[in-house]
Amino acid sequence: MTPSWSRFAAPATFYPLAGRLIPVFWVLAAAFIILGLYWGFFETPDQLGGSNAQKDYYRIIFIHVGSAWMSMWLYAVMVGWAAVGLVFKTRLSFMMANAIAPTGAIFTFLALWTGAIWGRPSWGTYWDWDPRLTSELILFFLYIGYIALHSAIDDSRRADRAASLLAIVGLVMVPVIFWSINCPDPNQCAALHQRSGLGRVDGNILFAMLTMTLGLWMYSFATTLMRLRGIILTREAQTAWVQDLVQVEVRPS
Amino acid sequence: MLPPMLAPPMLAVAKLECRRGDRLLFSGLDFQIDAGTLLHVRGRNGSGKTTLLRTLCGLFTQDAGEVHWKGESIRALAEDFRRELLYLGHLNGIKGDLTGVENLRLAATLDGNPVERDALWAALGRIGLLGFEDLPTRMLSQGQKKRVALARLILSRAPLWVLDEPFTALDLAAVDLLQGLIADHVAAGGLAVLTTHQEVPLTAGQARHLDLGA
Amino acid sequence: MLKVFWSVLHRDLLLALRRRTDVLTTLFFFVIVVSLFPLGVGTGQAVLRVLGPGVVWVAALLASMLALERLFAADYEDGTLEQLLLTDQPLVLLTLAKITAHWLLTGLPLVLIAPLVGMQYHLSDAAIGVMMLALLLGTPVLSLIGAIGAALTLGLRGGGILLALLILPLYIPVLVYGAGAVTVGAVALGEARPYLTLLAAFLVAALALAPFASAAALRISIE
Repeated sequence: MTPSWSRFAAPATFYPLAGRLIPVFWVLAAAFIILGLYWGFFETPDQLGGSNAQKDYYRIIFIHVGSAWMSMWLYAVMVGWAAVGLVFKTRLSFMMANAIAPTGAIFTFLALWTGAIWGRPSWGTYWDWDPRLTSELILFFLYIGYIALHSAIDDSRRADRAASLLAIVGLVMVPVIFWSINCPDPNQCAALHQRSGLGRVDGNILFAMLTMTLGLWMYSFATTLMRLRGIILTREAQTAWVQDLVQVEVRPS
Repeated sequence: MLPPMLAPPMLAVAKLECRRGDRLLFSGLDFQIDAGTLLHVRGRNGSGKTTLLRTLCGLFTQDAGEVHWKGESIRALAEDFRRELLYLGHLNGIKGDLTGVENLRLAATLDGNPVERDALWAALGRIGLLGFEDLPTRMLSQGQKKRVALARLILSRAPLWVLDEPFTALDLAAVDLLQGLIADHVAAGGLAVLTTHQEVPLTAGQARHLDLGA
Repeated sequence: MLKVFWSVLHRDLLLALRRRTDVLTTLFFFVIVVSLFPLGVGTGQAVLRVLGPGVVWVAALLASMLALERLFAADYEDGTLEQLLLTDQPLVLLTLAKITAHWLLTGLPLVLIAPLVGMQYHLSDAAIGVMMLALLLGTPVLSLIGAIGAALTLGLRGGGILLALLILPLYIPVLVYGAGAVTVGAVALGEARPYLTLLAAFLVAALALAPFASAAALRISIE
């Protein structure tokens, strides 16, 4: 097993593999998202909640919750690749982390934006320093910090390793930061976000949310691999196989 | 002391590969040097001489290959290796607001052999800074600052010297002095790895050349 | 080992004393920022008492961050930093020595000037006492965490702004509980204890972990 996996750690072998996988993920993404949206709009009740019911606009949670989950998971995955890169010194791992970061940042932004849009009708304001949304904002800064640090360093090796260290420090700090925002008073912790257990959510809503999230995962794979291919080409521009590739594509049809 | 045949080479490099950014500098580099050797690293600008020297010190992490000191990887030896190393790079490594004496005292403490006041003044005198020892070094000329940095060589007990362009900014007298210091070090069984455009005549021991980017 | 720690600490303090302006600018920045807020938001006592803790902490964060740029930069530029990496002493120890010197020069003065600020914001004596203690516990944490950012951004253009972007999110827990301690302590002294205990816990954790991250970051940056 090990020899065949390590073969794919070389950018040269991973590039064509990624190329073959991308269309697959796009198709899966489209399928799940369409299914999720259809279910979310047509198979779910018109109102959410009991006493203070939210009307049709609540359906934005299908994008909001999925984006928020993705933003958090992608950060963890990004840190995972960063750690692999630091330990095993494989350049492809660092490139993978770099490819994930913008997608993660976009999801974080989407979560914030849909959260604000949702907040307007349901809370009466676009922003309320709600602990979960504030934590999401901080996560956005962590992503931006990673991307900014990486692009500020010219030497790609130093950039990779510095940004990876930053991401790992960020991951360690994330629970502390989130906790301090959620629990500013150590004596008692008041959460403004309704701590809705997933079990109490209507079955159809849950199905739609999970399907959407799965679709967003597929989307993440597709965009990350596309970005990764671009990064590989840029970083490996000096090598023979990239030169050949460019020749092949430049040759007149 | 073991005869050279039975002891592992002091400094050995195996299949060393280094990149800067995404550019490959050199790969598959192998060499070994023993006590009493001067290794003169040569190559065009940008051929990786400085990177090689920094890799030998452990400041730069290579992409492949190993550097061994007395048979063990320098990564594994860590502090034990650094104790036996003295590195002078392009930057002098001295603080402008401290005097020559203060800089040298600090350097000696960091090198692991704190010395008496008299030894510090003597070293600075020998390196040609008589009368300038207790001026803040920012008031000294480029060549004089370099001499303060070089004064460490006089006090050093480290067997391995890695010097990157040590002769820059030095006048003829200082060049002579430095050549003498290096020659004495090699003659006493030390190792020296340098990059320079000057040839360093030795009194004892052997001089070898390594050409990068050939 | 201890001798080298003291050498580096002593060196940094000596250098700072020979360039006294650097140290004083941080202190004056803090005082200016703190003095600007009442001019912007109004000078009513009630408002100031509420704002005081938060403003003091934000000013402390910003002042600490400004000073961080200089923590490693000078040593990086003249080559003394790479010499520190090549000593036979653990880099973590030397990093801690530099961070300690940095805190003594930029964090501790903030603690000492707190009563002045407290007076400007009409805080009670008890609140000022809590503020000094909170700053005493919190400013070292700022220096320790900030050092990681300073090490990562060594020698980069746009260094100061980039450092702010990287470090300020990580400062949030100290801000929340530090300001919280003073706000609560102004009402009832005993209520501040859990906050201060948390800050102390942060300090211990930061002392244990941050120097390692800073040392690793230095090795990465110096290549």
